[in-house]
Amino acid sequence: MSTDLSIHEHGEAVVAHDLHDAGHEAHHHKETFITKYVFSQDHKMICKQFLITGMIWAILGGLMSVLFRLQLGYPDSTFPWLEDIMGKWAKGGKIQPEAYYALITMHGTVLVFFVLTGGLSGTFANFLIPLQIGARDMASPFLNMLSYWFFWMASVVMITSLFIETGPASGGWTSYPPLSALGDASVGSQAGMDFWIAAMALFVVSSLLGGLNYITTILNMRTKGMSMTRLPLTIWALFFTAILGVLSFPVLLSGLILLLFDRHGGTSFYLSDIFISSTQKPLPNEGGSPILFQHLFWFLGHPEVYIIILPAMGLVSEVMAINSRKPIFGYMAMIGSLFAITILAFLVWAHHMFVTGLNPFLGSVFVLLTLLIAVPSAIKVFNWLTTLWRGNIRFTPAMLFAIGFVSMFISGGLTGVFLGNSTLDIHLHDTYFIVAHFHIVMGVSAFMGMFCGVYHWFPKMYGRYLNNTMAYIHFWVTFAGAYLIFWPMHYEGLAGMPRRYLDYSGWSSFNQFVELNRFISTVAMIVFAVQIMFVFNFFYSIFKGRKVTTQNPWQANTLEWTTPIRPGHGNWPGEIPEVHRWAYDYGKDGAKDGKDFILQTEPLGADEQHH
Amino acid sequence: MSTYFLLAILLLGFIITFQIAKASEYVGILKGEKKNNEQNNRINGFLMIIFLVLGLIGVYVCNEVFKARILGKSASDHGEKIDLMMSITIVITGIVFIITQVLLFWFAFKYQYSEKRKGYYFPHNNQLELIWTVVPAIALTVLVGFGLRYWFQITGEAPKNAALIEITGKQFNWIYRYPGKDEVFGKKYYKNINDAENNSLGLLWDDEKSHDDIVVSSAMVLVVNQPVKLIINSRDVIHDVGIVAFRMKMDAVPGTPTTMWFTPKYTTEEMKKMTNNPDFEYEISCDQMCGKGHFSMKGIIQVVTAEEFVLWRAKQVPNYVLVMKDKMPAAATDSVKTAVVTGAAGKLVAAK
Repeated sequence: MSTDLSIHEHGEAVVAHDLHDAGHEAHHHKETFITKYVFSQDHKMICKQFLITGMIWAILGGLMSVLFRLQLGYPDSTFPWLEDIMGKWAKGGKIQPEAYYALITMHGTVLVFFVLTGGLSGTFANFLIPLQIGARDMASPFLNMLSYWFFWMASVVMITSLFIETGPASGGWTSYPPLSALGDASVGSQAGMDFWIAAMALFVVSSLLGGLNYITTILNMRTKGMSMTRLPLTIWALFFTAILGVLSFPVLLSGLILLLFDRHGGTSFYLSDIFISSTQKPLPNEGGSPILFQHLFWFLGHPEVYIIILPAMGLVSEVMAINSRKPIFGYMAMIGSLFAITILAFLVWAHHMFVTGLNPFLGSVFVLLTLLIAVPSAIKVFNWLTTLWRGNIRFTPAMLFAIGFVSMFISGGLTGVFLGNSTLDIHLHDTYFIVAHFHIVMGVSAFMGMFCGVYHWFPKMYGRYLNNTMAYIHFWVTFAGAYLIFWPMHYEGLAGMPRRYLDYSGWSSFNQFVELNRFISTVAMIVFAVQIMFVFNFFYSIFKGRKVTTQNPWQANTLEWTTPIRPGHGNWPGEIPEVHRWAYDYGKDGAKDGKDFILQTEPLGADEQHH
Repeated sequence: MSTYFLLAILLLGFIITFQIAKASEYVGILKGEKKNNEQNNRINGFLMIIFLVLGLIGVYVCNEVFKARILGKSASDHGEKIDLMMSITIVITGIVFIITQVLLFWFAFKYQYSEKRKGYYFPHNNQLELIWTVVPAIALTVLVGFGLRYWFQITGEAPKNAALIEITGKQFNWIYRYPGKDEVFGKKYYKNINDAENNSLGLLWDDEKSHDDIVVSSAMVLVVNQPVKLIINSRDVIHDVGIVAFRMKMDAVPGTPTTMWFTPKYTTEEMKKMTNNPDFEYEISCDQMCGKGHFSMKGIIQVVTAEEFVLWRAKQVPNYVLVMKDKMPAAATDSVKTAVVTGAAGKLVAAK
């Protein structure tokens, strides 16, 4: 493998094909079906495993939301087919309260942890870190494999809990004790809660194995010339995400272990002064504080929302620069703001607890720190806007989702300014305002970022393109639909309509939104149907999509586009390329052959300055 | 049957979309990648600007449709502060929202791909970055300033003349306790709770201060224009006392009492007239998920005049009396009752 064969932008299909074969020779080891597709240690295969598992979870989690939106939109109707699929949980074709609460609990848990953490970080950290820093694989491919299989085990335990007799956990995705600790207070807090805790423990293990690996790889395995300040923003975002996860998930685990002790060990960490109405018996536990759990939970819970959104920010930054044919504006400021968000993420958790009886002075400190986060967030938004300014924008599906991400992030971020201010939080806490806020800012936005990533890197993953027409339909329906679903919820929240109610007809304060709820439910079902179309497009295109014929279809600068079209294990057939510049030389004068981009592997010209 | 019909239509829709998508991919290949991309760019750029215009109209329409159904008149002094704060925040964030969204979609439309143009190499500019670090920081300082001022007023000490009422949440309703003529709550212990024997809060009868405590579960009765301080408890899991009309909310945590205070400004009757809603009621909603009956955990507050309150109070029988009635003859209890009534009236006079 001589260096003159190592590829820059002259990625003709034939050359790439040759290199591909050569690559297999260079890293020849016997691969069986099991080692290639199941217990694979290739980061690219593990990425696909995370992605597809995440997609299965997303369909399930989305389906749950369709079911409970059915109840919210049509509280007076019965649907006999529901009883066919849900049995006693939908007696007479009506979702029972226990089932409703189980559905919203599982919807939250699944989407937050299994889709937007496992599915998003797991997919793109695995795929992009080695490819974009110029490494053959993760620091420890074996731990990486374990990370997926712990995720898989967590998934199995969580799915199993859906089928046990007393149903899955139903105390909300936050699983606040005492409700989650006492089986007599809620059926979902019986065996379902133990399954939930076990699944979450496995999930935390997976997340830690993955995170440590990502950090180690980024710090130690960058190719020659790839200094930290030449890394693409995707890597910076995934790096900070991993740090957040490693530092905060253990705290959640410890909180859950104490919960397990309270449930089965007779301890009183969270329990005190409790008299159970259903059994007419007082509990012996005294002296515990349920608020302790909330502190432990939100010490993860708040960084968790940044664990979800940072990777999306990274993906969007990268895709936006490529498709605007301009450098990302304010590269250093983008890193700085990611860093600021990472630090502040650990200092704001109690803003979820303004109305728990928290000391008002402590509350005021958290108000200050919380609203401080708006500053780095604003920097990012303005930098994205400036990246678009005077660009030459190509509306690839990935770019559309990147623009959609920014729009959603603005809308959701601004409502955060309401909720972070404790005075307003008194009124808005636990209403539909917060439901609208977090669905827009971390639900829809993160999904936009994830779709952006999938559409952009699908050609690298599978050597084929996704179908464009379906992609455009997918984007516009999802984008418009998400606004139609969540924008009106703000008004319900301003009216004080509480979340986690299955029927508002008994309330004179909240029954004015019957038609609105029906409207939201209808749109939600349409949007869900379009996601199914995306899943279909995904699997269809893996086998039948248009083939990628050039090595660098998006004319991007980063290293993954210097690998063969279908890279083997080890990524580069020959030497790993050396890096000479940052990742954002788009539209710069001095690019050769009439191109408007300069690959990171291109040596600096005589008159060029180091970046 | 209609379900299957719906599914069939959905499936048909999928198949048609898929066929169109496949066909357009072939057409794209025939037309050539470049031409196809240009066409896609034009269509999506146009959709961007359409989305912006329709979106802004949508926001306006949404406001018009819903403004009458949200945030009716605040019925407490704290609520008025919160409403003012809300308006300030809506104005500031509204301006930012419109500017940034317009820029986003306008740039996307204006700078869509053209063969003639090249992206402008503009990697950074310290002045610009300084501006959008400092301006948001100032705007947020203003918001934090207003917010914390109100926050400390709302969460600060209740006025000395505030009436004390205890509210206890349980799965799935509320229990209210008034301290009686001595204005002091008697001691209680959760292991003494006995619903069958009418001691729903576990009051300790050894403590004489508990003898005049009134426990009711039908409604909480408040005096208009008199500050009230609620002492909030829970008997089992975490609940939350949310009163939309007063814009107030506070968790009920088992083992850790919390408090909140406010001054109701209008009686229930006045609110019925002001809202043109003869069914208006001050509702307490549970705002912290507490189990299967969470959505139905409703409490009622009646705000009445001082005179009406005295009359109401006169009709209430202390919990102690209710319990002891079963156990001993009624003779002794009459004196307690009279004392309670006199005490209540006396307190109101003092408060004026």
